[in-house]
Amino acid sequence: MSILFALAGNQNCGKTTLFNRLTGSNQHVGNFPGVTVEKKEGVIKNHKDCVIVDLPGIYSLSPYTAEEVVTRDFILQNHPQAIINIVDATNIERNLYLSLQLMELGLPMVIALNMMDEVRASGNTIHVRQLSNQLGVPIIPISASKNQGIDDLVAAALQVAKGAYPVAKMDFCSGEVHRAIHAIGHIVEDHAQAAGYPTRFAATKLVEGDEAITQALKLTADELHIIDHIVADMEKEIGMDREAALADMRYAFIEKICRGTVMKKQETHEQIRSEKIDRWLTHKYLGIPIFLGIMLFIFWITFSVLGARLQDLLDQLITLGTDSLAAFMANAGVSQWLQSLVIDGIAAGIGSVLSFLPVIVLLFFFLSLLEDSGYMARVAFVMDKLLRKIGLSGRSFVPMLIGFGCSVPAIMATRTLSSERDRKMTIVLTPFMSCSAKLPIYGMITMAFFPHSTALVMVSIYVIGILVAIASGLLLKSTVFQGNPVPFVMELPAYRVPAAKSVLLHMWEKAKDFIKKAFTIIFLASMAIWFLQSFDWTFNQVADSSNSILASIGSAVAPVFGPVGFSDWRASTALITGVTAKESVVSTLSILTGAGTDAQLAAALSTVFTPLSAYAFLVFTVLYMPCVAAFAASKRELGSWRDAVLTACYQTAAAYLAAFVIFQVGSLFI
Amino acid sequence: MTLDQLKPGDSGIITSIGGQGVLRRRLLDMGLTPRTKVTVRKVAPLGDPIELFLRSYVLTIRQEEAAKIEIKEDTKE
Repeated sequence: MSILFALAGNQNCGKTTLFNRLTGSNQHVGNFPGVTVEKKEGVIKNHKDCVIVDLPGIYSLSPYTAEEVVTRDFILQNHPQAIINIVDATNIERNLYLSLQLMELGLPMVIALNMMDEVRASGNTIHVRQLSNQLGVPIIPISASKNQGIDDLVAAALQVAKGAYPVAKMDFCSGEVHRAIHAIGHIVEDHAQAAGYPTRFAATKLVEGDEAITQALKLTADELHIIDHIVADMEKEIGMDREAALADMRYAFIEKICRGTVMKKQETHEQIRSEKIDRWLTHKYLGIPIFLGIMLFIFWITFSVLGARLQDLLDQLITLGTDSLAAFMANAGVSQWLQSLVIDGIAAGIGSVLSFLPVIVLLFFFLSLLEDSGYMARVAFVMDKLLRKIGLSGRSFVPMLIGFGCSVPAIMATRTLSSERDRKMTIVLTPFMSCSAKLPIYGMITMAFFPHSTALVMVSIYVIGILVAIASGLLLKSTVFQGNPVPFVMELPAYRVPAAKSVLLHMWEKAKDFIKKAFTIIFLASMAIWFLQSFDWTFNQVADSSNSILASIGSAVAPVFGPVGFSDWRASTALITGVTAKESVVSTLSILTGAGTDAQLAAALSTVFTPLSAYAFLVFTVLYMPCVAAFAASKRELGSWRDAVLTACYQTAAAYLAAFVIFQVGSLFI
Repeated sequence: MTLDQLKPGDSGIITSIGGQGVLRRRLLDMGLTPRTKVTVRKVAPLGDPIELFLRSYVLTIRQEEAAKIEIKEDTKE
């Protein structure tokens, strides 16, 4: 029979590093049922029958955040044989606060006391055995980053799972709270058993006033009345409300056991170093310029230096592959339409999307560095005030900035946002940041219509994107995303050198994610567009794509764009193909206008647009639904087709409205 | 006196936590409980949020939240 372990701990305590150490790269990433909280599962190295689930990084087991609820539900419903609780030894008081709550769940547990190397190196001491005795839980000192103590931890975890240590029945409550918990425990014992909760846990949650647990216990009105009475007495007696009373009691207990066991002479070297680094990175005047400088550097490396070269290389490889495939099919005598499907449809579609892979991998390399080093938390600290006005927190700033490069990694990067509400809102707003694939469109239009004010037009397009994002934020904040924003109470972890393995695994995961998308949703979409572009309604292949189904759909849709100024069917057809990849807008327009050179295209475009309608067209392109790859990413991160489709509809509606206003107001003056 | 009135470098001892619901619970969970010593380390470049030091770790909260935390002067120093 296999043994199930649950790995639980605070954020920033080295949990991911430990998980990677325990499992190697043998991991499976998914979501917890019903929520978009990531669930990682793996098999412990050299122990094929031991499965370990990495639970989200949390600070408490309150009923308020999805992550905390998922954790406690997982432990209560899946009954792991043991909990491995990782604790940051440099920050032991706050970490043990979660440990005490995990112990209430009544399962065998072992504590992995991480970062002991840092504690020792700074001349501080923790008397591990005494601490373990007082808590009643085995404690194994480890250093996940230096790979120390991991084997001991696995051995201890196996012992614990086999029942070598009795589950601690420790009483860390005192006085009035103690009395209340025990009195309530007697009342609810049967209910707790029926609901599958440990009595002690149920009683504590009732004292705390946890709604979800209270309902699950199905108490009678009389019992609820008595419990309320007991709690009210307790609150009166100690002069604190129920939630404060329990938090206070847990921390008081922790302080008591740490007093004799944790000998701290000074802050650790890492903490002192962090304070020094922050003198610059969160400096009053230099903090923001340094942050922008770092982002510029990342963009420069990603898009100009390395990314472009790798992209060219990959392009060549893809062309080589496609060419040999074409030659092979021609030799084998494959029918014409099938050749066209494979080469012009599938290979071209997937090829154009796959060439983004280097950029995505590079961006995630840098993002992991920012996240794992601890800098991302500082970005949130520095930028919070700007984003708060539109109902987001500083944490959303980085994904949005990445959006100027490419929406796909930007949307994928929202996974690090801890609040589901913030995550969803960021996913909706990020595509308004004009991505780099739209640059060829701006180039084409400005060259044809605004050759003397290119820069001005470009900047105005970016600004319009940002303004629409702000307006959307304000609108969404007061409508769809009204709910309670998760409070901005965030730890600033000490800076640490990121673990190479974590960074590489993270990159690999995202690359895999993207490749999977390229071969599923993008595969289907490119086949569909190829079909529409190559056939007419009688399903005969067309030589001239202006006779295709796509062109006739374009013509049918065209009148819709009358009020925004570009009712020419070629413009609407280009917008449709732009959904596969934004650059396609340019290639479609040049095919449909029959233009061979840039100069011809510029001339031909003046038959499609006026300068005003060309500008409206630009505005529409920045804002309307992102490409299939980005749509697929947002479907995955939002966790529902419905939300993804609604998001795309919203973005397209916003685009239409903005273009409409610009065209109509502009028409009054011109 | 409330926590948002402290200047960078100043410390205080928490006497009570105001507010309600998620936010209050989060503050308590992060160790901002009565009798805890808190030092304000710095203010973000745009004037908000603020950086705190307590229980040997660094925490950031917004001024708005800090205004709900009652403190008294740290008399030990």
